[in-house]
Amino acid sequence: MKLTGAKIIWECLVREGVEIVFGYPGGTILPAYDAMLDYPIHHVLVRHEQGGTHMADAYARASGRVGVMFATSGPGATNTVTGLATAMMDSSPVLCITGQVAGSLVGLDAFQETDVTGVTLPVTKHNYLVTRPQDIARTIREALYIARTGRPGPVLVDITKDAQQKDAEFDWDAAAPSLPGYRPDLHALPEEYEKALHLIRSAKRPVILMGRGVLQAGAMRTVQEFAEKTNTPVAMTLLGIGGLPANHPLNLGMMGMHGEAWVNHAIQQADLLLAFGMRFDDRVTGNVKTYAPRAQKIHIDIDPSEINKIVKVDVALVGDLCDVLQELAPRVQAADHSEWLAHIDEMKGDSAVRDIQNLPDTGHLYAAHVIHDLWRATKGEALICTDVGQHQMWTAQYYKQDRPFNFITSGGLGTMGFGLPAAIGAKLARPNAEVWSISGDGGFQMTLAELATAAQEGVKVNAAIINNGYLGMVRQWQEFFYDKRYAATPMLSPDFVKIAEAYGLKGIRVTQRSEVHDAIREAQETAGTVVIDFRVEKEDSVYPMVPAGADLHNMIRRPIPPKEGDYLVPQNVLVESGVDVEWDISVK
Amino acid sequence: MENNMAPHTFVAYVEDKPGVLNRVASLFRRRTFNIESLTVGHTDQAGVSRMTIVVDTDDLGARRVEANLYKLVNVLRVDDVTAQPTVERDLALIKVAARNGKRAEIMQLVDVYRARIVDVTNDSLVVEITGTEDKIESMVDILRPFGIIEMVRTGVVSMTRGAMAPSANPPLVAAMIPEAALN
Ligand SMILES: Cc1cc2nc3c(=O)[nH]c(=O)nc-3n(C[C@H](O)[C@H](O)[C@H](O)COP(=O)(O)OP(=O)(O)OC[C@H]3O[C@@H](n4cnc5c(N)ncnc54)[C@H](O)[C@@H]3O)c2cc1C
Ligand SMILES: Cc1ncc(C[n+]2csc(CCOP(=O)(O)OP(=O)(O)O)c2C)c(N)n1
Ligand SMILES: [Mg+2]
Repeated sequence: MKLTGAKIIWECLVREGVEIVFGYPGGTILPAYDAMLDYPIHHVLVRHEQGGTHMADAYARASGRVGVMFATSGPGATNTVTGLATAMMDSSPVLCITGQVAGSLVGLDAFQETDVTGVTLPVTKHNYLVTRPQDIARTIREALYIARTGRPGPVLVDITKDAQQKDAEFDWDAAAPSLPGYRPDLHALPEEYEKALHLIRSAKRPVILMGRGVLQAGAMRTVQEFAEKTNTPVAMTLLGIGGLPANHPLNLGMMGMHGEAWVNHAIQQADLLLAFGMRFDDRVTGNVKTYAPRAQKIHIDIDPSEINKIVKVDVALVGDLCDVLQELAPRVQAADHSEWLAHIDEMKGDSAVRDIQNLPDTGHLYAAHVIHDLWRATKGEALICTDVGQHQMWTAQYYKQDRPFNFITSGGLGTMGFGLPAAIGAKLARPNAEVWSISGDGGFQMTLAELATAAQEGVKVNAAIINNGYLGMVRQWQEFFYDKRYAATPMLSPDFVKIAEAYGLKGIRVTQRSEVHDAIREAQETAGTVVIDFRVEKEDSVYPMVPAGADLHNMIRRPIPPKEGDYLVPQNVLVESGVDVEWDISVK
Repeated sequence: MENNMAPHTFVAYVEDKPGVLNRVASLFRRRTFNIESLTVGHTDQAGVSRMTIVVDTDDLGARRVEANLYKLVNVLRVDDVTAQPTVERDLALIKVAARNGKRAEIMQLVDVYRARIVDVTNDSLVVEITGTEDKIESMVDILRPFGIIEMVRTGVVSMTRGAMAPSANPPLVAAMIPEAALN
């Protein structure tokens, strides 16, 4: 069958099961857009290619399917770079197809020509430049295969305009992927299993570190059974959240920079760490030299280049977590670590007192209140997408996720502007889910144009803005480490209610705790997308905090509030060491 | 990566496709590995190129280089041949000034090194030498006083000794367990 290159693109995507694509047209991708009309494809016109790429990314994270993004050459393609880098850092399967100038013009600085494969090389798992129509089918099939297998990631396919226009023979079977160098299915050596079993058997104070790999492998159940059988407490990375229900007795909560104090202490005191699909990000380890000094370490990861990258481990089991655990789990013995668990419980100590939830209600609206109330009003079942900053950490801390794939956030790149487009992408992937984005006043303004996408598509998401009048997370660092010199962090914002209305959407403003519940209800009951502007306490900070590069056990804690009267913004900062002393940032 | 830095030699078989060299070079740059030398050429197998890459790093770094190279979709096989018996060769062309009756003296030295003269003019010679990097460096030192006009070197190519030919595309790659790093 002879088809144009443009048609071949769609033939392949449709046969691979793609139903929705995100995109933004332009000259060099026009042939593909024209051919699209003949195929059963739902195209979502985004307002900026960055937003579109985030939508494709979140679509993938919410559904496990590859998210597809289309853009034109030059500026269209370069606008996807932030989205691709975001997907790359969090191993999200995205296929980005970009138009390129005609093959005869490539390399001649043609109008809207950018060396897109060159630009995106370090932020994609793999990329292709296609200049001949007969190469399109195989390339698309390979790209989708690479994106979703092994350690997933974004793949970009740059197709010249003339390759889209010319005809080629389309033969689906002949275009099967041919990737002799690509090995997504590595397997650990048998003797490593023996070593692992030995370490697990002799451990007295084990901790499982649950990462995003658990969700990507679909190994939630297996890991839970492993934890229950061996009575091993589980600490979560930011991206591992949801891998074990928050209400599970063995779930300790989040580890790392803004993890709970007892979780980080448990890690520092552990004699065995079982790293399941997590990559020891520096927000997880703090100072690597003093990280978990008493612990033997077992690392299960599908990517061999993660082994010994940051933390030297004693046993490495390379492979898909499901495969590895299927081998390992039946051979571990039941264990009772009740003493260790009791000890961790004790370490929770005064944490509850310091928790903002338990502060006397002074009429001030705290972000933690908003997120807690949202959790209650949605019965903890909403699919939450966040932006990046303080609100992101508070969401991780206070929206207790009992289900997997319901918490989507930019962890590795920390991309402001991710939240709203992510919510739109996630909603399109899971139309029956209740989807909320939680953004800061800063990040929301980076991609708020996508409200128009939601309006045009009739997509129903609820967008919560935690409006503190600051680039809060940066302000917090300035408060702690730069003598409260607030350089370029106070931020003026537009009237978000009017912004929503300008897009034909409902906007609600909340300034009191007492209004939170009703506003959430109203949003839930409204048919279209709703924006809620939560005006929260301006100078609150996220606690605990391990300063960047500090030892994991040296956390800045939320000061214990005065018993009576108004709760003031903390003046001095406490260090978790039993002594209330000013944090010394010279510690490296 | 500060301690135990030493040159590590990798032999990589890669698909002969546009941009593959760039991918490899970009990987080294991005992961801040310093390439001492990199050579590429065809193999006896169509569509497969062979690279010899020398990197200054420690054992842990060498593992990371290997694992990261394997992550490149176009890389078929990687061998760290540092610890294996190998034949290593570098080739240099050295254009050296040969005025004032120095020619005979130079030719004598060239003979000692088992190098060859491949071009002669009234006042210059081009010397071709193959061998280990050490040997070539020594030759260069010897010729320098005469006046080196121009020089070019290919960089190291390397091959393990013995009859065993590595398949460019092994059917099975055992997951790399960084034994060396465990202490
Ligand atoms: C403002 C801010 C603050 C942050 N604070 C914290 C914090 O306090 N605590 C925290 O934890 N994070 C924090 N983060 C996030 C942090 O930067 C990292 O993104 C996060 O820790 C990474 O989690 P991960 O290793 O589980 O996931 P990933 O980075 O996605 O890594 C997943 C790992 O699993 C492996 N894998 C994938 N699939 C499989 C499979 N099938 N089988 C086996 N292995 C597989 C991958 O190879 C990879 O090594 C913060 C981010 C921001 C922006
Ligand atoms: C694109 C981008 N630019 C800059 C940063 C650095 N940064 C991290 S958090 C933050 C502040 C975010 O402010 P806001 O969106 O209001 O959220 P808040 O922290 O106040 O909740 C900034 C500027 C970033 N992560 N991403
Ligand atoms: Mg803010």
